[in-house]
Amino acid sequence: MREAENVIVADQLTKKFGDFTAVDAISFKVKKGEIFGFLGANGAGKTTAMKMLIGISKPSSGTATVAGFDVYTQTEAIKKNIGYMSQKFALYDDLTVKENITFFGGIYGLPRKKIKEKREELISQLGLENISNKLVGSLPLGWKQKLSFSVSLLHEPKIVFLDEPTGGVDPITRRHFWEMIYKAANQGTTIFVTTHYMDEAEYCDRVSIMVEGKIEALETPKKLKEQFNVASMNDVFLKLARNIE
Amino acid sequence: MKRFIGFIKKEFYHIFRDRRSLFILFGMPIAQILLFGFAITNEINNVDIAILDHSKDATTEEIINKISASKYFTIKQMIANEAEIEPAFKKGKIKAVLNFEKDFSKNLIKNQNATIQIITDATDPNTANSITNYINAILQNYRQSENKAIQIEYQIIPQTRMVYNPELKSVFMFVPGVMTIILMLVSAMMTSISITREKELGTMEILLVSPLKPFQVIIGKVVPYIFLSVINAIVIVVLSIFIFKMPVQGSLFLLGLESVLFIITSLALGILISTISKTQQAAMMISLMGLMLPVILLSGFIFPVSSMPVPLQIISNIIPAKWFIIILKGIMLKGVGMAFIWKETLILIGMTLFFTGLSVKKYKIRLE
Repeated sequence: MREAENVIVADQLTKKFGDFTAVDAISFKVKKGEIFGFLGANGAGKTTAMKMLIGISKPSSGTATVAGFDVYTQTEAIKKNIGYMSQKFALYDDLTVKENITFFGGIYGLPRKKIKEKREELISQLGLENISNKLVGSLPLGWKQKLSFSVSLLHEPKIVFLDEPTGGVDPITRRHFWEMIYKAANQGTTIFVTTHYMDEAEYCDRVSIMVEGKIEALETPKKLKEQFNVASMNDVFLKLARNIE
Repeated sequence: MKRFIGFIKKEFYHIFRDRRSLFILFGMPIAQILLFGFAITNEINNVDIAILDHSKDATTEEIINKISASKYFTIKQMIANEAEIEPAFKKGKIKAVLNFEKDFSKNLIKNQNATIQIITDATDPNTANSITNYINAILQNYRQSENKAIQIEYQIIPQTRMVYNPELKSVFMFVPGVMTIILMLVSAMMTSISITREKELGTMEILLVSPLKPFQVIIGKVVPYIFLSVINAIVIVVLSIFIFKMPVQGSLFLLGLESVLFIITSLALGILISTISKTQQAAMMISLMGLMLPVILLSGFIFPVSSMPVPLQIISNIIPAKWFIIILKGIMLKGVGMAFIWKETLILIGMTLFFTGLSVKKYKIRLE
């Protein structure tokens, strides 16, 4: 089988804020259709690294391409080809489910007919038929997260960036959420997900672990566990963090 | 363009579904204009006064008649002696007492000189001042009419004429001020709050990751407020014309144009505020403390700039509202055209460009 193409390539990517190096020369490649876990403690530089990849923060040095476009010069093209869901729930509470979908479809420039199609499809998939005219603010958090994820896929992006998408959600909803992620990945969408739930790391095809701005490990969860000779990703993470100290 | 319309539609949903912002947008302007127009006034009307007349002769009677004939004063009480003055004030109704000296008429003829004591209740200094001025004016008037009969060798008769607001209606002064405050508040505060709200909720990040360009996001947020502010300006002008008989001597078109300019200046300020504040609360505090207070105190809205200490006069120059009030007064009361207010207009345009440039710079730094 032919080697799948790389959709994200980062080489020595670095971000400095004054004297502080938030992201220190990280290099990695992500393949098409892969679920790539981007792990690290709070403040390890995950979000900063992600911001460079999605084109809202300029790297200090190094190179990277996302969906084949350069993060320095082609941010507009990158933005058209990616979806993004942040750790804060980010739909509009004072708009209805339908209005939210229409709005986000609109800012990605989808034609009206397409938006309508997608909207019906999405609402029936999520089972929101009865409440599609309710304000999003009145929905339970779990439904909001799922809706938010679906909205980030609305324009059929090549890559979806998820920044701690399951923060504050109960285990059952998290399970459902991951089912949705798998489904999207099976359809060829690349998933780039940050998390600090180590059990979620087990669901990823490959994970990278960032400690103090550097990538200290990058492998499949299985190989990482073998390498560190432990039973769970949680232990991998703890061992790694201790070694650094 | 279609993206843009969708964006603006969303912005209107936000505004119309939030009762608080609806109230600030439409309730407040009307409440303020009525409040300032009716409740706050420097004029005096039917003020109750008392008379203590020690002479009771032809001259004093004539003066008293003149005073009671004016619509400004009502003679409520005749007082017999000095001891009754204090109790009259203390009851609270009487705002001034006129005390004619003994032998008023006789002194006037013999010495060309007679004394009236005007005692006013200065618990409210503004009213006390106005009362004194009005009574003086009536006395002056009386003296002039008398002097016509007796020829004095030379005299100076000042003829005062108040132009542009001959009746000294205070509402003429308040309307431009209130209009300025409301446009400033709606434009600057509401936009800065609505932009910081997106930041707080995290939706700003989503918008910045979308193919919309940052300036499109900002313009999309601002356009609805331009529209609503223009409606507000129209409501204020209509209210003041029909309820307070405020004249608009100059061109309505020019008035509209200048108002749009000031709205844009305020929006630019609002955007600037939103780039330096992280939360809605901060944006609101900066708008209220940083904009409202200077506008009320230093713009010449209530206190004339020319009687301020020099340092404050210099500071007042950097307040956009000051220039807009000058423009408004010029157009509404004096009926001047662009030839007289081009300087103020240029200053406002300059300020708008400055604020916009500064916001763009701040914005870029944030994105770095």
